[in-house]
Amino acid sequence: MSTPSPKGRLTRDEVAHLAHLSRLACSDEELELFAGQLAAVLDAVAQVGKADVADVAPTTHAVPMTNVMRPDVARPSLPRDAVLAGAPAAEDDRFRVPRILGEEA
Amino acid sequence: MSTDTLVDFDELLTRYEPVIGLETHVELGTASKMFCGCSTTFGAEPNTQTCPVCLGLPGSLPAANEAAIEATIRIGLALGCRIATWSRFARKNYFYPDIPKGFQTSQYDEPLCTAGHLDVEVDGEIYRVEIERVHLEEDTGKNLHVGGSTGRIHGADHSLVDYNRAGIPLVEIVTRPVPGAGAKAPEVARAYVTELREILLALGVSEVRMEQGNLRCDVNTSLAPTGSLEWGTRTETKNVNSLRSVERSVRFEMRRQAAVLDAGERVVQETRHFHEDTGSTSPGRSKEEATDYRYFPEPDLVPIAPDEEWVEKLRVALPELPAARRVRLQQEWGISPTEMAWLVNAGAVELVSDTVAAGASPGDARKWWLGDLARRANDAGTDLGELAISPAQVAELIGLVSAGTINDQLARQALDGVLAGEGDPAAVVEARGLAVMGESDELVAAVDAAIEGNPDVAEKVRGGKVQAIGALVGAVMKTTRGKADAATVKRMLEERLVSS
Ligand SMILES: [Zn+2]
Repeated sequence: MSTPSPKGRLTRDEVAHLAHLSRLACSDEELELFAGQLAAVLDAVAQVGKADVADVAPTTHAVPMTNVMRPDVARPSLPRDAVLAGAPAAEDDRFRVPRILGEEA
Repeated sequence: MSTDTLVDFDELLTRYEPVIGLETHVELGTASKMFCGCSTTFGAEPNTQTCPVCLGLPGSLPAANEAAIEATIRIGLALGCRIATWSRFARKNYFYPDIPKGFQTSQYDEPLCTAGHLDVEVDGEIYRVEIERVHLEEDTGKNLHVGGSTGRIHGADHSLVDYNRAGIPLVEIVTRPVPGAGAKAPEVARAYVTELREILLALGVSEVRMEQGNLRCDVNTSLAPTGSLEWGTRTETKNVNSLRSVERSVRFEMRRQAAVLDAGERVVQETRHFHEDTGSTSPGRSKEEATDYRYFPEPDLVPIAPDEEWVEKLRVALPELPAARRVRLQQEWGISPTEMAWLVNAGAVELVSDTVAAGASPGDARKWWLGDLARRANDAGTDLGELAISPAQVAELIGLVSAGTINDQLARQALDGVLAGEGDPAAVVEARGLAVMGESDELVAAVDAAIEGNPDVAEKVRGGKVQAIGALVGAVMKTTRGKADAATVKRMLEERLVSS
């Protein structure tokens, strides 16, 4: 397993990039604040790297199971009214979303 | 729309070499979605096939569809891939309204199948297309842009999303770059998708209807100076949705990129859109963070570890694949490779095969499908398989001709009836009164009338110009509206005009 960047020194720019990817609007003060807080979190997680795992077989999943599958059988879906009731906005039986920029469909 | 400068195709080949690559998405024909039990029926009312899992509601948990996993392994086996003994799903994170979860469940560095190949034939030459990987993911919802003039995003006021398609199992088949095809690159790209489609059909894993979006292609094209050790910068033309468009998009990109390179500029690595109407491409979205999907293993799904027993069970159950099938049929039908290639190009192999299975001779089946039926499909601008006639009906028609009930000309009229939805051939022959006339009073009268109506011709025949009899046969066929048997008519005329 690779460890986070050395000493978890997360830069303000990296946080700004992550915030953009997550569609979160952060002020400059918040970016500074979060960079420090996230760095502390990464430092804490990085302590796992100190454990001596020489005798431990690598595992890639928390549960020691494979091939959990369901048969290909269709089941009833949710009623549309219930589905659209959870939408911020709906129109013509569809979810209404703001204009999508930067792509042709 | 496009103001690109284009270089003549043949001319650019004297200076540049193309490299192509294809990413093909196939919607599997499972009954239920990839990770939930929602139905996958095409064309259902919007948002009637969704549930907490495929809507990404908090707390919902996915469960992998066994049939979809087996279909993916079978595709991998058919393409000669190595089947992974350990494979996982991964989250591909990005925000877009057609992805309700905020990520697409896909596969990243542990796909189900890797390292296969598909051989395709163009003009008698075999091109090997290496397969990089075959992996399983889920489809996205469908956006409808409102307010724009053509449903496109430009000028759109807002978008409406239907999540019926979100979560339908989607297999992505990625080739390695294909160099060395030169002038044939556009056709190799098309032949690859054509053959892949045939394989998917044979496997029965998808309906592979390109017009319904079951099969979607992203086509990569790059150009480099001939002899160059490095490949050029590639563009990716998205959602090329017909076989013909695959070929056209490669051809267009080669011509456009040649002009860019000729001008001493650099090809921009970008996504482009293909336009069916003009056969051109234009720049698409440039998502700077496109490569920043922050993939990580999907924690809610356990790994898939296909053991040898499972894979072998699937391998032995594979159907005969199209390439092997073509070789066998070619031998059975006693035809040349060239004749087989005609059938393949016409999309008629399965139709002829089914017609033969329904009782027709291979020769007759080929004659009708490549002849009259191909002509009608061509006139109507459709594929052979879309004509409103089944192989069984063609076999029935051929049977009626063989039995002497109708001749070829009447059979063409019967064909009109079948295509017009008047029923099976025998019923059409009955309803339209198309059966060949015997030596009936009506026919005798028609023969006598032809002689009386054409005294000059009759005299010529009597005088020994026997070939002139054709005009009289024609006259009889005309009055009987093609219902008479030409050979019978000729014999009857000879009895009256030629003294033996
Ligand atoms: Zn669902």
